[in-house]
Amino acid sequence: MDLFTFLSSSVMVLVVFTIVLTLVPISVYLERRVSAVIQDRLGPNRVGLPLTLFGAKKDFHLFGLFQPAADGIKLFLKEDHTPAHVNKFYFILAPALVMVPALLSAAVIPFGSTMDMPFFEGRQVQLAVANVDIGPLLIFAIASLTVYGIVIAGWASNSRYPFLGGVRSSAQMISYEICLGLSIIPVLLYFGDLNLGRIADQQSRDGWLLLPIAFGGDGPVVDWRTLLLLPTLLIAFIIFTVSLFAETNRAPFDLPECETELVSGYHTEYSSMKFALFFMGEYAAMVVGSALIVTLFFGGWALPFGLDNLIRDPATGAFPWWASLMHMGVFLTKVIGFIVFFIWVRWTVPRFRYDQLMKLGWVVFFELALANILLAAILIAIFG
Amino acid sequence: MAYIKIKRPRLGLFEKLYLPALIKGLRITLGHAISTLRGKKRETMQYPEEKWDDNMPEHYRGAPALVTDEQGRERCVACQLCEFICPPRAITILPEEIPTEDKWAKVEKRPRKFEIDMIRCIYCGLCEEVCPEQAIFLRKDYAITGLTREDMVHDKEKLYEIGGVRTGLVNKWNELK
Repeated sequence: MDLFTFLSSSVMVLVVFTIVLTLVPISVYLERRVSAVIQDRLGPNRVGLPLTLFGAKKDFHLFGLFQPAADGIKLFLKEDHTPAHVNKFYFILAPALVMVPALLSAAVIPFGSTMDMPFFEGRQVQLAVANVDIGPLLIFAIASLTVYGIVIAGWASNSRYPFLGGVRSSAQMISYEICLGLSIIPVLLYFGDLNLGRIADQQSRDGWLLLPIAFGGDGPVVDWRTLLLLPTLLIAFIIFTVSLFAETNRAPFDLPECETELVSGYHTEYSSMKFALFFMGEYAAMVVGSALIVTLFFGGWALPFGLDNLIRDPATGAFPWWASLMHMGVFLTKVIGFIVFFIWVRWTVPRFRYDQLMKLGWVVFFELALANILLAAILIAIFG
Repeated sequence: MAYIKIKRPRLGLFEKLYLPALIKGLRITLGHAISTLRGKKRETMQYPEEKWDDNMPEHYRGAPALVTDEQGRERCVACQLCEFICPPRAITILPEEIPTEDKWAKVEKRPRKFEIDMIRCIYCGLCEEVCPEQAIFLRKDYAITGLTREDMVHDKEKLYEIGGVRTGLVNKWNELK
């Protein structure tokens, strides 16, 4: 590894870390504002720049965009109370175990296209921390560690509600991990690749997976092979999305923290920054999940209809630096759009009963995913 | 115990699939979101700019207050009925005799001290109901604030300031409140 690769990777680590950690407060803000407009309310719209403190005539409200900062300061200043009856070591370990996997799995997601570096002739940089050949597998492997954080939190709290929440979440997350993994096999069969960078790149050439129309490329505008596979890919998308809802403990599958039954589930005994870590971990998991869905099904950083073919360097397949930064913006827009979808669903669908949740996972999605794999494999074998 | 058989509604195929119903639900919430964003529908009142004052319901019970009549006489005769009926014991009255040289000597009694502790007051309106002289009324003032407990005690002066003048016979069932 030469110095350039080392430096560019380090910068990428910082960038990805910043992006994910910035998207978390943005999604908290969106959660509050979107839920408000859905319920005919306004939501937090006051917290902005307090210019009147510095002698100005008017405050600058900024649509309340500084609300998450105020929330963060509040959580930071709260008393960090550790109850006497908890198992201290695991009690402190658990919030970190929820937060870390969510941040780690962001490493393999391509946040933008391959960039021709300015000032460094002939150098190219991947806008991902680790462009490894096992992208989705790595994400699943790391994301499954989240369940330890929640179970340990429930166990170490040494009280009933957190314990019930922990038990529920372990059963739920393990069940839905199966559907999550099985559901994207048709997609991986279609791409024939596990490298998320190349998956996104292919979608920028041939159009998005769920919108397979591409102008300006080498191939035809509409790929009939993809159109034939589209129903199976659509089923894969639905199963994957719903399983992701369950995997990230979002409504309508937020049974582990189900406040009507369990106070607030596994983080009942937590306060201050330890609670904030759970909170941020949940939202970071949602951000990474949205990023994965976008990368697999909605072209990642790619513009729709293969528009990227017009600006691509035909020899190397890389993009000029401005295009790469634009791709990053496109990717973030899509991710935020998906986060809004997550929130929209949360404020629409009532929570599932636990047996309904298990039935949906094991009886409906598991079989459907298996049948879908078979169907996709046969179709690819015949027409592929 | 007799059994009651409840007939569950039979679900059609679309309802069993769940997804169409989900999309219908998403459409409803989206409709609400759009109408709120366009400013057509809004439940929130932005408090310091918009206030309840214009939207106060007719029957609203706010701060209790004392009133004077058209000749400037304070209506309260310090009978202390309100003090006795007040459930949270928010009212304290210290009666005094009206001196004979006073214009209203024939009324005989008036309150020297009339205090309502607004921290205790529960706005039940029993004082208004029990008052034989129609001297105490619940007004529509609702923003009662103070920095100390002493600030929150309304003395006689403050009570007359809120209450103002009432002319004629004011019955509880009158339009004007």
